Amino acid sequence: MHPRILEVRRNLLKKNDELARDLRGRFLSDGLFVVNLVSGPGTGKTALLRRTLGELLNRGYRPIALVGDLATDNDARRLAESGAPVRQITTDGVCHLEADMVARHLAEWSPGPADFLFIENVGNLVCPASYDLGESLRVVLLSVTDGEDKPLKYPKLFNTADVAIVTKADLAEACEFDRAAAEANIHDVRPGMQIFSTSAKTGVGFDAWLAFLIDQRTACGLPVRDERPFVSQP
Amino acid sequence: MHELSIAHSLVTTATDALDAERASGSDPLGRVKAVHLRLGRLAGVVRDALEFCYDLVTEDTLLAGSQLVIHDIDVVVFCNACQAERTLPGIQRFRCPECDKPTGDIRHGRELELEYIELE
Repeated sequence: MHPRILEVRRNLLKKNDELARDLRGRFLSDGLFVVNLVSGPGTGKTALLRRTLGELLNRGYRPIALVGDLATDNDARRLAESGAPVRQITTDGVCHLEADMVARHLAEWSPGPADFLFIENVGNLVCPASYDLGESLRVVLLSVTDGEDKPLKYPKLFNTADVAIVTKADLAEACEFDRAAAEANIHDVRPGMQIFSTSAKTGVGFDAWLAFLIDQRTACGLPVRDERPFVSQP
Repeated sequence: MHELSIAHSLVTTATDALDAERASGSDPLGRVKAVHLRLGRLAGVVRDALEFCYDLVTEDTLLAGSQLVIHDIDVVVFCNACQAERTLPGIQRFRCPECDKPTGDIRHGRELELEYIELE
């Protein structure tokens, strides 16, 4: 035996990344456009998603959702009010979702045909950034009550997202939210990222957000659906 | 706090590499002295937390008693205006430090890579 160096050069998240890549291929060939929602706790992921699910149902799409939480199934119950199939992933304390949790839960679930899958990540501004879940679109949320400098404090989360949504726009005035400053901060950590502004309470901004989602899905080569209300099977 | 799961993955990756080396019929392997990790500033992993977990997760493994050596990797972007790679001083501002033009073309800084294992 003599001192030596063993070259490895391997990414520690390789297993997750490979599984995520396989999932992405499978989702797209199944006609499923997958969106991963990330943000800190209390930013309004569930409220945004509940309204998004309902509005997509009204437009003739068949959205489904997986929701990750440390404990409780409160969010899944709130989301199910939209009428879309929803399944809870309780992580038992794990602070983020990983690709194998998504794969495992989908394998045990038969929600029927679907064209959008939303994955609501665990509320956490750090860890979810590192884990690809096989999504085609990663959306980061910033609420007007969060403060404009959140993107600078958690640059990685914003940097790895594809699009940002400023939520709770109805409270902006009461919070003296400086929209220009928030957008400048987002663009400092992620130049050119598209930013939407919504209120899940009043519905402000949802038309633009939904049009964007539908466009993105079409841009992945997935077929457009008729815009008529989906009637669930009896 | 996902550093514990990152540390577990470090142990698995290193153990797999050592097992593969042993199976390839190389010289007998000595004790693991150090594990070298390339950690980008944009990897989203807290250095201190990872170091804190290391002794705990390596206990009773081939890495027990070894040292974790972390090589920090700065964020390097490509500036289209300058047509050059530039190193950013931090991760809060994705602008070229020379010409101040925004750029999101990241070339380095996301690394979370087990680079090599030092054996005695």
